[in-house]
Amino acid sequence: MENLRFGLGAVVVAACVFIAAKLIGNQYVFFAGYVVLQYIVLATAWNILGGFTGYVNFGTAAFFAIGAYATVVLHKTTSLPMPVMILIGGVLAGIVGLGTGYLTLRLRGTFFSIATLAMAVVMQTLVTNWDFVGGSRGAYVIRPAKSPLLGGNYIEYLFLLMLALSVIAVVAARAIQHSTLGLGFASIRDDEGAAEAAGVPTLRLKLLATVLSGGFMGMAGAPLPYYVTYLDPASGFSLSYAVNTIAMPLIGGTASWLGPVIGAVLLGTLQQVATVTISSALSLLIVGVLLVLFVIAAPRGIVGWFQR
Amino acid sequence: MSGPLLDVAAVGKRFGGFVALSDITLAVPRGERLGLIGPNGSGKSTLVNCICGTLRNDAGSVTFNGHRLDGLPAHRRTRLGLARSFQLPRPFHTMTLAENVQVPILYAARSRGHRGPGSGLRDGAEALLDMVGLGGKAHQRPADLTQIEMRKLELAKAMASDPQMLIADEVMAGLSHREVDEILAMLLKLNESGITFIMIEHIMRAVLAFSQRLVVLVAGRKIADGPPHEVIRDDDVVAAYLGR
Repeated sequence: MENLRFGLGAVVVAACVFIAAKLIGNQYVFFAGYVVLQYIVLATAWNILGGFTGYVNFGTAAFFAIGAYATVVLHKTTSLPMPVMILIGGVLAGIVGLGTGYLTLRLRGTFFSIATLAMAVVMQTLVTNWDFVGGSRGAYVIRPAKSPLLGGNYIEYLFLLMLALSVIAVVAARAIQHSTLGLGFASIRDDEGAAEAAGVPTLRLKLLATVLSGGFMGMAGAPLPYYVTYLDPASGFSLSYAVNTIAMPLIGGTASWLGPVIGAVLLGTLQQVATVTISSALSLLIVGVLLVLFVIAAPRGIVGWFQR
Repeated sequence: MSGPLLDVAAVGKRFGGFVALSDITLAVPRGERLGLIGPNGSGKSTLVNCICGTLRNDAGSVTFNGHRLDGLPAHRRTRLGLARSFQLPRPFHTMTLAENVQVPILYAARSRGHRGPGSGLRDGAEALLDMVGLGGKAHQRPADLTQIEMRKLELAKAMASDPQMLIADEVMAGLSHREVDEILAMLLKLNESGITFIMIEHIMRAVLAFSQRLVVLVAGRKIADGPPHEVIRDDDVVAAYLGR
């Protein structure tokens, strides 16, 4: 099977990345690499709804923060292993995706985008006023010192989990793109009325795209409290997640699974390097400048540029 | 099954205070070629949209092949075998022509267990493109097509859902004399293969050559229904088009 072969290839690449990071032997590689991997998952997830189906979602931060706050709650109430927390965060964000999708997907174009932005604001307000997860003061999470897997410290473990998650997200996105489902998504993106006339159940497919997209975003957010050890609503719901997650697929190219991966690796790495060498405030400026450049010079992104 | 394939009973549609359709009753037997004409704004496209589910009719009911369609979303109606082509071609512009045709094959024809023409998906798509004369362009994109080729693609897409009835909404507008004849021949051949047609058209020559029966809408009402050459001599119809 084509998908299986690609999946195995992706696992091999991921293994090489992990070994290379180990060989470099600097803890900061894992710390910075985690963020890049997190953006691969986020950008790939965003692209399932935004790129494949054509519905621009400004609410990434909400789905991401649902995953993160689910972990805060689970951390306070249970002692579940991290992978289970990731799964629960993903399921919760997927359910919220289904709900918001049902309410908003009858809106088209810009109206949908504005609704997702509003949804993020509502979520943030709810969490800010929820004392159990720290409210506006934020929540502290003490992470274990050691990785339960393959030795090393806990950051290495989180890196490994995020690496696995990016493999799953990318393999899933690629499989969708080449499937009947992907063809249905693309028909909605191109012309929703014509898609419906061609027998495509557009509402059901859009809901599915929202659930998948939101679910992966939630999973990407679930390890965040353990990574930062202190989570407050302002950072969990930061607009930079939404901006980065839209910019990365646009820069890489939205039509295929590869675009968001290229965009996330490129932009994510650039931001990490800029944070260390120049200043952390610069990273958003980089995104802005690159986004403008690409919209003008290569509106179909890097992948689109090479396909001409 | 006895009875008409499509039965439109007392259908009405309003947009706010504007009555777009009022009390439209229309039965189309299996295999018929029905022409639907009327001046601009007379409600032809609104009627098509109510039949196909793009709009919901406020009054009356639509029955197709024994199924009540009221309340069904458009894609369910397509799956029941009711296909349409759009007045302005609406191709899936990021896909190849083959993929354009594969969407209805996968989502409409296959959902009924029909496999469509040909055995595999690729063969099916190619057979349909061949049928409309686009066989050599399966891997091009709609942007590369001429106006008539775009209409042909629209027809191929409609046919890909393996319909029993095809509603052709101005498939010939803007085409040259020879191109109109080409499309007409294609539609007649499809009709011979058993597909029932409703043709909406402003090109009178084409409508008269194609239709076995003609229905005229004026201001949301049906004012005539009968053999084409009688209908176009009807006083009300002449008045609607030319004024009294």
